[in-house]
Amino acid sequence: MSEHIDSVKTYVLVFAALICATLATTAVAFVDLGPFSVVVALAIAVCKMLLVALFFMHVRHSTKLTRLVLLGALMWLGILILMTLTDFSTRGALGVPGR
Amino acid sequence: MITAAVQEREHYLNASYGIKSWLLTKDHKRIGLLYLATITLFFFLGGAFATLIRIELLTPQGDLVSSETYNKLFTMHGVTMIFFFLIPSIPATLGNFFLPMMIGARDLAFPRLNLLSWYLLVVGGLFSLFAMLAGGVDTGWTFYTPYSTSYSNTWVIATAVGIFIAGFSSILTGLNFIVTIHRMRAPGMTWFRMPLFVWAHYATSLIQVLGTPVLAVTLLLVLCERLFHIGIFDPALGGDPVLFQHLFWFYSHPAVYIMILPAMGVVSEIISTFSRKPIFGYGFVAFSSVSIAVLGFLVWGHHMFVSTQSVYAGMVFSFLSYFVAIPSAIKVFNWTATLYKGSISFATPMLYAFGFIGLFTMGGLTGLFLACLGIDVHVTDTYFVVAHFHYIMVGGAIMGFLGGLHFWWPKMTGRMYPEGWAKLSALTIFLGFNLTFFPQFILGYLGMPRRYHVYPEEFQVLHVLSTAGASVLAVGYMIPMIYLIWSLRYGQIAVANPWGATGLEWKTASPPPLHNFDETPIVTHEAYDYTTVMEEVIEVG
Ligand code: HEM
Ligand SMILES: [Cu+2]
Repeated sequence: MSEHIDSVKTYVLVFAALICATLATTAVAFVDLGPFSVVVALAIAVCKMLLVALFFMHVRHSTKLTRLVLLGALMWLGILILMTLTDFSTRGALGVPGR
Repeated sequence: MITAAVQEREHYLNASYGIKSWLLTKDHKRIGLLYLATITLFFFLGGAFATLIRIELLTPQGDLVSSETYNKLFTMHGVTMIFFFLIPSIPATLGNFFLPMMIGARDLAFPRLNLLSWYLLVVGGLFSLFAMLAGGVDTGWTFYTPYSTSYSNTWVIATAVGIFIAGFSSILTGLNFIVTIHRMRAPGMTWFRMPLFVWAHYATSLIQVLGTPVLAVTLLLVLCERLFHIGIFDPALGGDPVLFQHLFWFYSHPAVYIMILPAMGVVSEIISTFSRKPIFGYGFVAFSSVSIAVLGFLVWGHHMFVSTQSVYAGMVFSFLSYFVAIPSAIKVFNWTATLYKGSISFATPMLYAFGFIGLFTMGGLTGLFLACLGIDVHVTDTYFVVAHFHYIMVGGAIMGFLGGLHFWWPKMTGRMYPEGWAKLSALTIFLGFNLTFFPQFILGYLGMPRRYHVYPEEFQVLHVLSTAGASVLAVGYMIPMIYLIWSLRYGQIAVANPWGATGLEWKTASPPPLHNFDETPIVTHEAYDYTTVMEEVIEVG
């Protein structure tokens, strides 16, 4: 299936990018950005995840079915987060009768 | 002895002998039998805990065991039955054995992984068993925090590790099935020619692969908090206990469909075979399995209506819960429509299938009561809930399992079970079941809380009825255990297709040859096409 094999150079570059991103996460942790600390850390993490999936796990060159599996998994994570936040973000929004 | 004179045909059971040929086997059929032996042991272990619970509940006082012991009993009952019996029950035994055969494959896609998944279940089981012998666990099978992370002085860690390991067994089985269904179908076996048993297992596998990792993560977080006091769930450490319930039920509501979907697949096969008609609305029944799997992930909050979950989220989850009932109802109506003008015979598997339909319907409809916010506040954490899920899990899933076991027993072992005894035990189980669990609906509605062993005297009559039913049920379960083992030696020799069924598994000898089929089957018909079977029967004589 995956006749495409990336060159060693590509792998090294991706690896370097991952290391840089890790250093960036560490560096940002020392700066106080208020609530944005989390946002920045997560954004970097998502980029790293994409690099690993697309290059190291060959999703870039895989079949539609493989991509569907990846997409499905992300969607399920989305369900978990969305529905949990549906509770968390609306606590106390509606009154409880009799209380 | 005619059989002795004939050279014995080689099949998967006599192809090799010795303990090593079993413990290192990569044959999906033998692995299915290994699983069968394992889960049977766990079933009787879980049954022993249930027996003690029911005996304790004979009287309003707590006179047999202390409160602490009682807490451990219902916890160990739930943990054993759910994680080590029901989750693996049909997929890992009947699914393992028959899914490849039904699509005309020689084995699962990853035979070694299949063996590994059995070992994982055994190792996980041993961890939990160790915890039980060492002193037990008392958190309930639900491990609610912060009790499980900060207060319980019992063997939470060993049990959780056991469930964690067994979870990977479940994930690997699901993965194996998905890949097998995608890549190993025989020529001509298109998606819409697959038996509904296979569709049901496809849907089940999706849940196992998508849901179980979340359970694993959740249990790890519990361990982190319990061992290293990292604040995740305990408010005293800055955590949120309701977060645990979200994570736990994100897996555990879909998990109830891991238990029931395979049983629905079995029932589809049985209903079709014993009314000699294709399943009415095949496509609808196939898709309803998949939609149950997907919708099942959107309703978990119905277990948390009184957990301080927000009222708005409660309304959303309540609303969505009603949707899951639609595909379930589609199945029930289509099975019933299949019976219409069918040529029905009342063999034992069919009795179990009828039992399933009736009891699952009651369990499902009471699920709708519970999904209704206002009613749930009244009956949550009472025996009404206990009755609800036992109607589905015992009345539904175990009936499906026993029905399937009888249906395929001739194929698995090459022997028939004794029909008279089998019918008697099916009837005993049905009566015993209803006597055990119907009174629990009333008890719960009247206010008997679950997980208590001391109760007001006015509840005693109903509790005594329930315990009486449980003893009938126990007898009902012992009889098949005895005659099935008996039949291995003394049962009538089974022919290749004793029921005149249509699946590919019936087109090969009983018991099947080592590689299932002497030559790869080529599929030219839809599933459940009885005209071809009739022709074959006429040809053979
Ligand atoms: C027809 C769809 C179903 C609906 C709408 C439904 C609804 C519910 C609700 C609302 C509860 C929570 C009750 C409470 O704790 O107050 C519940 C509990 C439960 N249900 Fe169902 N249910 C359905 C099907 C099933 C199935 C198919 C199974 C099992 C195979 C099942 C097993 C359970 C279990 C084990 C519990 C109790 C969990 C616990 O707290 O220990 N349910 N159900
Ligand atoms: Cu549920």
